[in-house]
Amino acid sequence: MAIDLHKFANPARFLRITAVIFPWAAALTLLLLGIGLYFALFVSPEDYQQGNTVRIMFVHVPAAWMSMSVYSMMAISAAVGLIWKHPVADLSAKAAAPIGACFTFLALVTGSLWGQPMWGTFWVWDARLTSMLILFFLYLGYMAIWESYDDPSKAAKAAAILVLVGAINVPVIKFSVDWWNTLHQPASVATMDGPKIHSSILTPLLIMGTAYMSLFVTVFIIRVKAEILNRRLRMMRLVQLED
Amino acid sequence: MTRKRRRLYFVVAGMAVLGLAATLVLMSFEDSLVFFHSPSDLVEKSIPAGRNFRLGGLVEEGSVIKDGVEVRFSVTDLAETVPVVFRGLVPDLFREGQGVVAEGQLNEQGVFIASNVLAKHDENYMPPEVAESLKKAGKWQPKGEKQ
Repeated sequence: MAIDLHKFANPARFLRITAVIFPWAAALTLLLLGIGLYFALFVSPEDYQQGNTVRIMFVHVPAAWMSMSVYSMMAISAAVGLIWKHPVADLSAKAAAPIGACFTFLALVTGSLWGQPMWGTFWVWDARLTSMLILFFLYLGYMAIWESYDDPSKAAKAAAILVLVGAINVPVIKFSVDWWNTLHQPASVATMDGPKIHSSILTPLLIMGTAYMSLFVTVFIIRVKAEILNRRLRMMRLVQLED
Repeated sequence: MTRKRRRLYFVVAGMAVLGLAATLVLMSFEDSLVFFHSPSDLVEKSIPAGRNFRLGGLVEEGSVIKDGVEVRFSVTDLAETVPVVFRGLVPDLFREGQGVVAEGQLNEQGVFIASNVLAKHDENYMPPEVAESLKKAGKWQPKGEKQ
């Protein structure tokens, strides 16, 4: 296990593997986003209660899924970085943060735009909405920590601790709608007795979910590559200074 | 024990303690974390008249009476029912048999005077034709069964 992780922790090998994946991920993103949005906006039917407003869900729900998945992935990366000091782990968490923050922001904004016509309010302080806002602040705090240290290794450590502490929030977001009564509706897709969404609405939702995942992989590869090159540049400068 | 092993144990133990602490905090704040109280909660906890809180449940079938800007309806959780009076515009999703959350206070007569009414959506999404055929086939599940 430790040997396998070491393989991925090698920056040169990481760059080689991701260079192969990148064009495929980029193409898949465009393809799936195109198909997904076409189905979501034109093909899928209106909802029996919400009418056309249901279409906001196709942008909102996958964004919310990604906001939590990206954070979980950052927490794992941060833990690996903290425990095994693998060179790519910290960079991968750092690279993922702004992408996750964007997904969270998108989920908050689209949710708010849906809430106004459906609930009758842009925002309420129920457990789901509040824990989602906390997630957004955790992302911002994480990025701020990276900016506030001059020494990347110190920044990585402090940021990793913040991500791990904040990871408690992820199950709270997921189960908030089950543990407490909220204005936000309970889970529709990942439920014990199967999805509560008709297949004509569920299919475009799942296509959009896959498109977002693929979008994440694409942007993530670009950002990790930039981080790795950035670090090499830093090392070169340090060597030059010593000469 | 290697340093890596020690760091691993430290992180795992730290997460376990944090998780436990978070659980305890969330459990002790349970009352303030709920967004609304059901009509049954009202009977159980006997909230005094004049105190602001949120009442949530289903709009009882056949209970909505609109009179100008005033709307009268009953909120039910299929066990207890509370009459509500609201002056103002109700949201699009406000319908009989659908979820609703009203903000306001009880008066001396036990009528809930709402200052704001929010509609609550449930987890079901389907096209209108499917909803129709479900109703025709008698497979329509009445809402609020879980509560």
